[in-house]
Amino acid sequence: MKNIFKCHPGIGKEVEGIVLSANDDFSARYDLDRIKGVFSRPQHKLSGQSYIDKILVLNGSKGGVASAWMLYEMYARNVAPKAILFNKANTILAQGAALANLTMCDRFEDGDITSLLKNGDRVIVNPTLGTVTVI
Amino acid sequence: MILNQEEKAMLNGELGEAKKWAIEHQIQVGNFFDAENFVNVSQVHMMVDPESIGEEGVLFLEKIADMNTKVVVPMITDPRGVDLNYYRPLGQTEEMANIDRRTIKACSSMGILMTNTCINYQTIMPPIYGEHVAYGDTGVVIYSNSACGARSNFEGGPSALAAGLTGRTPRYGLHLDEKRLPTKRFVLKDQPKELTDWGILGAVVGKKSGSYWEVPIIEGLKVTPTSDEMKHLGAAMASYGSTPLFHLHGITPEARNIKEEDFNHLEKNKITKSDLDNLKSQFGKKGDKIDVVVFAAPQLSIIEMHKVANLCDNKTFKIPVIVCTSPQVYSDAIRMGFIERIENSGAKVLEGTCFYNQYAREIGEANEWINLLSNSAKIVNILGGYGYQPALANMEDCIKSALAGEII
Repeated sequence: MKNIFKCHPGIGKEVEGIVLSANDDFSARYDLDRIKGVFSRPQHKLSGQSYIDKILVLNGSKGGVASAWMLYEMYARNVAPKAILFNKANTILAQGAALANLTMCDRFEDGDITSLLKNGDRVIVNPTLGTVTVI
Repeated sequence: MILNQEEKAMLNGELGEAKKWAIEHQIQVGNFFDAENFVNVSQVHMMVDPESIGEEGVLFLEKIADMNTKVVVPMITDPRGVDLNYYRPLGQTEEMANIDRRTIKACSSMGILMTNTCINYQTIMPPIYGEHVAYGDTGVVIYSNSACGARSNFEGGPSALAAGLTGRTPRYGLHLDEKRLPTKRFVLKDQPKELTDWGILGAVVGKKSGSYWEVPIIEGLKVTPTSDEMKHLGAAMASYGSTPLFHLHGITPEARNIKEEDFNHLEKNKITKSDLDNLKSQFGKKGDKIDVVVFAAPQLSIIEMHKVANLCDNKTFKIPVIVCTSPQVYSDAIRMGFIERIENSGAKVLEGTCFYNQYAREIGEANEWINLLSNSAKIVNILGGYGYQPALANMEDCIKSALAGEII
């Protein structure tokens, strides 16, 4: 089974962590209780789950511009994921990641990253090379 | 990215630490999206409400402001999170108000104009066809791209600040001709009739588009929307789909230059009455109890304020009613007597805020508000994640429901 997935070069530093994945979209404002570090929107596929220190794997991003500041604020308080992987990020999430120095990658060559990675996989994300390695 | 001499000087720190931070940030974002170079922008609009930025964000803003820097193009702000004339009654704290005060001080010292509005295209200076701008607030961006034919990506607060400091933004996404062509085709089978219908249509198109990188074109509209209707259409589409641009065939300015062959190959997606009814049915039903009624998201224009005032005359509401508008509209609404007429009914008009970005979770908990009714398709989408059970109705039914304490 393939264990290295290529993507577009991303933002941030190399990190290692455990995957939390869903075929759903993401907004820091719409979906999260940022104080508790859990998904709070009842309709979200990760509702009730903690994203703290996870490698969050989601389809895309939705909604508003607030997520850019919110990613920075979450990261500064250490109540944040270690990295976020998207099939396709929007501009806001990339801008927020750039300010927060949060690791973010998207555009995977092998297809839908939410199905290629499973919950509980341990992975290394290298945004400079544009690779995600399952270990 | 290819940099000119001025940009290289910024990167080398020759034009100060703030511009160095700004251009480094922009290069990171530009590289992520394969931008080849920068494009100059004529205006910037920044979302910087205290709930989003928090203590860490305001420290960051103060750090940049302390570098004794100024923005180099006109730069304005999105709604605040606290109406400093009315926050304790909502259950907002001094800590929240202080973050807001510090934000205002830091922004003002950099030459940022505290307009506190998400309807700048109705009140301040609408952008011109083809004008490159760097706007925050998804509703502002989608309106400016679609109704005005201006060119902006969604610029989150940090990137908007960077654009204000450098006077430019990386040339990617909607600054490029090829990214503005339709990629999804919708054919309307049911005509919107009032504001909320336009919001519901936007929600359905946004949901079906589903990505920042899709550009919907909508055919089959038999009416030309007003500015307020476009506002609700766009704000909802951006909220449900992260959509930054749409075309209305035969109506919006850029749609006139789009040739049939540019979208004839796209599959036709019909939007029927049942699609619109299904969306609305997710948000409350007749007889449901309500705790609060909110008119916001986007802030109300003077035309909407007039309508609310007319509906409030000789009424006394059973439950709280909150109305959010811009400072520009607020002063007109005072002069025209609308604020007095609205508040005589027991409703409250907030100035320069928007309900969902003013610590909605905390004020909901402080006031025991769970069941919230609004005529904004955008706000009902957002507030589910903040612990509310949001419901949707048109403006007239929201007013009747506020009198009854339940959805009419």
